[in-house]
Amino acid sequence: METASMEYLLEVKNLRTLFHTPEGTVFAVNGISFHVDEGETLAIVGESGCGKSVSMLSILQLIPVPPGEIAGGSALYRGRDLLKNSEREMEEIRGQEIAMIFQDPMTSLNPVLTIGRQITETLLTHKKMDQRAAQKRAVELLDMVGISDPAQRLSDYPHQFSGGMRQRVMIAMALACGPSLLIADEPTTALDVTIQAQIVELVTRIRNQVHMAVIWITHDLGVVAGIADRVLVMYAGYIVETAKVTDLYENPCHPYTIALLQALPRVDRRRDRRLKSIPGAPPSLLMEPLGCPFANRCEHVIEHCRESNPPLLPVDKKNHSIACWVNVRTGKPR
Amino acid sequence: MTVTQPLVQVENLTKHFPVTRGIVFQRKVGAVRAVDGISFSIERGETLGLVGESGCGKTTAGRTLLGLYPASSGKVTIDGHDVRTARGSEMLEIRRDAQMIFQDPYASLNPRWTVHSIVSEPLRVHHLFKTESERVDRVQELMGLVGLSGRLINRFPHEFSGGQRQRIGVARALASNPKFIVCDEPISALDVSIQAQVVNLLEDLQDRLGLTYLFIAHDLSMVRHICDRVAVMYLGVIVELAERNELYEHPLHPYTKALLSSVPIPDPKKDRARRRIILAGDVPSPINPPSGCRFHPRCPLADLTCSRDIPLWRLTAPGHWVACHKA
Repeated sequence: METASMEYLLEVKNLRTLFHTPEGTVFAVNGISFHVDEGETLAIVGESGCGKSVSMLSILQLIPVPPGEIAGGSALYRGRDLLKNSEREMEEIRGQEIAMIFQDPMTSLNPVLTIGRQITETLLTHKKMDQRAAQKRAVELLDMVGISDPAQRLSDYPHQFSGGMRQRVMIAMALACGPSLLIADEPTTALDVTIQAQIVELVTRIRNQVHMAVIWITHDLGVVAGIADRVLVMYAGYIVETAKVTDLYENPCHPYTIALLQALPRVDRRRDRRLKSIPGAPPSLLMEPLGCPFANRCEHVIEHCRESNPPLLPVDKKNHSIACWVNVRTGKPR
Repeated sequence: MTVTQPLVQVENLTKHFPVTRGIVFQRKVGAVRAVDGISFSIERGETLGLVGESGCGKTTAGRTLLGLYPASSGKVTIDGHDVRTARGSEMLEIRRDAQMIFQDPYASLNPRWTVHSIVSEPLRVHHLFKTESERVDRVQELMGLVGLSGRLINRFPHEFSGGQRQRIGVARALASNPKFIVCDEPISALDVSIQAQVVNLLEDLQDRLGLTYLFIAHDLSMVRHICDRVAVMYLGVIVELAERNELYEHPLHPYTKALLSSVPIPDPKKDRARRRIILAGDVPSPINPPSGCRFHPRCPLADLTCSRDIPLWRLTAPGHWVACHKA
């Protein structure tokens, strides 16, 4: 059993994260399991509050405790459980092994320090480089992410960069120590489409150059189609569907995934119908649902869905799994 | 005669914001040319899309159109009334006929007001109903129209989800029975599953009430779905305008082409097979826009003419306008 899990770069099992708030306990992540292989891109898709960011922050122990609580599960990175690591051990992992970039590049950069200072900081602490070598490496990194005149720009401050350029700086900082896994939390959501295309191309190119695995968190099913190898669809703290990217788009099986794809207009197609909307809103996370969390909005719902929460089970032999009691094609229980 | 006239006509509209220096004695040292000469018209019952990247001036255009910002020059008429010269009762009439739905459903509703106060404000401003009980009935009716229960009118905005708040914003816009609504990114703050609900609501209301929309957005897929015609803005000017399928299937301006090719398609095989035009660099500053064609520093086709001469706004096919030397 130990050897089997060594194959994966990251293997998360039964991760549960709670937040204890004055209104009650928020069940943010409810026992999710997944893995990431070396060099692959895994996309995690879902709407606000589905637990996609919280699960990643939990793995890196970046959840504020309290009010947060990692209530169970494990996250094996190269066979070592990150959730059992001390803060000191995590500092070694973060940045060196696993790096993360965030949605808003302005708030993730320190406005009163130069870009050069911020990039070299990680190199000085993690890699024990001297100032000179770190500066040289910083110039290389800025050049790699496509910032022109990198040597001059090292002495610039974040406000002197545009949104897209700031995200490039963030990527350069994340890549500084050569991580094996990059977690990108909605890195293009705040950017315009033309800049988004630049960033997507950049991350894909670098991933291929340095053979790094990427977890790309997004709500945009369009972006996922372009970058991911595999996809996890999350809803209300659960994984509801996981598949290879082509299987997911050609043969979506969970009613939520199907509904999301139908709710999406297409830039490449003429309008042929009204958008299919999903009635209602996601459930409150203040209690664990008795049945399937999507049951109240689902058009294929059967009696059993309201009584018991379906586990994630395979639909075929190609690693395509869904958490649903119903076979949507036939309308019968699976 | 008046019936065949477009509901909204915009001619050479500009909006410049002054850039000043000095604290006590402010000197004007330049201008942000946010909207720099745009012209279009919107037919009755039509939805015109206005798309472009952040900072291109699309929101300023929408606000200047309604007179929320005083225009620097140009002419706007809404249902025959000149927005720039209207005063008094004529201005009130324009305000009643033309409404706005805002992007952020969290910031556009007063958190200390109940839903009833928010939705009935236009009724009170325009003295549309005499008694409070008539206004309550009207608010109930509006809530039903946007798919919310009339029992919720004494609640406060924070008790609603994002999608529900946007419905309250729509109800407020409809209160004075307008003809024209400027929708400024009405769905971009909402989740995908909620976006479709609000878009379908806007379409239903248009059918039922004969509304005319200016739909400002950056989501080009949604614009193709909801709009009849689409105008593409870049750095304060409209570079291309056409019927939606014509624009998406035969874009002429290099900027439109690049913009469309950047939009991801939710189909892995198709998305990966197509060729993307990746634009270099960022949008230049509207304080000192490039000479000639404003897109020339980023344009793959640009030559000397483009940096020297401002391209003419010309018709290339029925209803298809473009401003480009190379198209």
